[in-house]
Amino acid sequence: MHTIIQQLINGLSLGSIYALLALGYTMVYGVIKLINFAHGDIYMLGAFWGYYVLKFWHLNFFVALLTAMVFCAILGVVIEFLAYRPLRHAPRITALITAIGVSYLLENGMSYLFGASARNFPQAIEQQNYHIGGFAISNIQVLILVTAIVLMLALQLVIKRSKMGKAMRAVAVDQDAAELMGINPNHVISFTFALGSALAGAAGVLIGLYYNTIDPLMGMTPGIKAFVAAVVGGIGSIPGASLGGFLIGILETIVQAVGLSAYKDAAVYIVLIIILLVMPSGIFGKRTKEKV
Amino acid sequence: MKKTTIKKMSAAAAAVAAMFVMAGCSTAANSAKKGNSASGSTIKIGVNMELSGAAAGYGEQEKQGIELAVSQINAKGGIKVDGKKYKIKPVYRDNKTSTSGSASAVAQLVNNDKVSAVVGPATTNDATASIPNVTKANVAQISPSATDPGYTLDKNGKVQTYVFRSCFENNFQGQTAAHFANNTLKAKKVAIIADNSTDYGTGLAKAFKNEFKGSVVSTQYFQEGDKDFNAILTAIKNKGFDAIYAPGYYSEIGLIVKQARQMGIKSPIVGSDGMADPKLAKIAGANNANDVYYTTPFSTKSADTDATVRSFMTAFKNKFHAEAPTFSALAYDSVYMVKQAAEDAKSTNSVDIAKAIAKIKGMKGATGEMTIDAKHNPEKPIAIEQMTKGKVVKAYTVK
Repeated sequence: MHTIIQQLINGLSLGSIYALLALGYTMVYGVIKLINFAHGDIYMLGAFWGYYVLKFWHLNFFVALLTAMVFCAILGVVIEFLAYRPLRHAPRITALITAIGVSYLLENGMSYLFGASARNFPQAIEQQNYHIGGFAISNIQVLILVTAIVLMLALQLVIKRSKMGKAMRAVAVDQDAAELMGINPNHVISFTFALGSALAGAAGVLIGLYYNTIDPLMGMTPGIKAFVAAVVGGIGSIPGASLGGFLIGILETIVQAVGLSAYKDAAVYIVLIIILLVMPSGIFGKRTKEKV
Repeated sequence: MKKTTIKKMSAAAAAVAAMFVMAGCSTAANSAKKGNSASGSTIKIGVNMELSGAAAGYGEQEKQGIELAVSQINAKGGIKVDGKKYKIKPVYRDNKTSTSGSASAVAQLVNNDKVSAVVGPATTNDATASIPNVTKANVAQISPSATDPGYTLDKNGKVQTYVFRSCFENNFQGQTAAHFANNTLKAKKVAIIADNSTDYGTGLAKAFKNEFKGSVVSTQYFQEGDKDFNAILTAIKNKGFDAIYAPGYYSEIGLIVKQARQMGIKSPIVGSDGMADPKLAKIAGANNANDVYYTTPFSTKSADTDATVRSFMTAFKNKFHAEAPTFSALAYDSVYMVKQAAEDAKSTNSVDIAKAIAKIKGMKGATGEMTIDAKHNPEKPIAIEQMTKGKVVKAYTVK
């Protein structure tokens, strides 16, 4: 029983990272129907930002977290402006391929400029283990979980309660109609990228602190798994992405717990295939009819 | 998306095929004297290396080792061949950590750049992919870190004439670790956590399993780039093992050490030379890096007694402001192997150099004194380093 609870804790802390990343995928998809494959690399850049401000400016950890979010938000907007905006009316596949290109550019650009080897993240917060009733949880795991939940709730508030959130939902439903109502879709899309990228930046810094190692390719696998999480939850759905993230995190943990560690990545992709076959719109996704 | 990848791949394959055709032409053209020779007073050494992509971390370290060796040799006037001194001109080509990239990078090196020898690639897969091209052009290739036993052999188990390495092959390291666990740690039961995305991790795990006298209570695998091992470690925690064997690279094993110690797993952790990097202790955290052992050809401890190692360590630190990692030391030795061979053969011709590499005996390098055996593997002493509080406190030599 202890082991099961322990594994659940492991799964939740892994899942909260996937959830934070999945939110970025799902928001961008919801608004402009683009799968932003460069999202995982923004997470990497957030981690690198955290690394440099903590190492050279010795900022407080939470200041580093906030500045990384601001930095990634700006970065997200710039990438959208330079890479995706010129393709707004191009076929969807063009934007998709561009996203893959941006991803490669960020990964290899960082390897080239800053070096490809793994580096250790400054331990701004000393790790402590709490032993409650026989199972162990560290202060960093708690921090990750709490930060993730706080950010998800904040995001939900922004989308449901703010004017910008309303505009986002409007553009998601029908961009042309929203424009006729006086909403500038470009502003809304920039805002969406800023929001999603900020969450990725936060995830990057948290991961850096938790695992103590970052490298330019760190965004690749988590990026793809977060994408799977977004699909599982129903791409376009915010609560779906959070749930999907936790589910994928727990699934990966279970597969390893039963001794099939060699197949943990395979299990995630099998889930993707099953979901796409059986429930293509995911857990919370809306079934939409395509006009032909 | 899938379609584009296929297209890309076929384009790459076509490029490689074109290289083959070109390789055929050039060897046919100068069939009078096989292979490449130096022209003027410079000898070219090709570097086919993972400078970008997944293995770029290792590629970069090997490049540093090569740069250091080249600058040292050139500062002393170069390679002395039959009374004449040749400066080394390294030609770096990035294989992007891909087998097709490796085949085309090496084709350019041997056919267009006319190098006399090739150093690299870092990984077994990429190194194996470049064998047909170096063989066709009669140029020797020394990989600093292709550890798979089959790398120097062809399908039928015959030695490849132009293929060498400067690192240990897997079986030797895995067996040494097993003996160490049996005899020194007195372990009866072990758990294995291995990297199954590389031949290195799986090969070592296999060699260890075959040699270890005792039981293996659990074998778990992870992928390169994994960061979370809590689930694996929680699962094996109560299996009652005396030691963990974890062959892999420092970037992942560092995290395994960290997460295991934080979870309260106190058993010794034994690994391989992929761990022999100062970053291991940094990633694991000095307080966690206790009771950690790894097999290595290159012990920073041996700098206390060995002048070659000491001078390498100091020179590396002066040039790159960091402790020298194993990969750099192995690549550094690879360049010196070419130098030794050219001097022994009294020739800058690539065929003569290849023949002379196979005959290297008792060459003093940063990774120990090495002799090339019949299978083109270096024979050199192996050490096991022990880490306490993030510092190497002891080195066991194994016979």
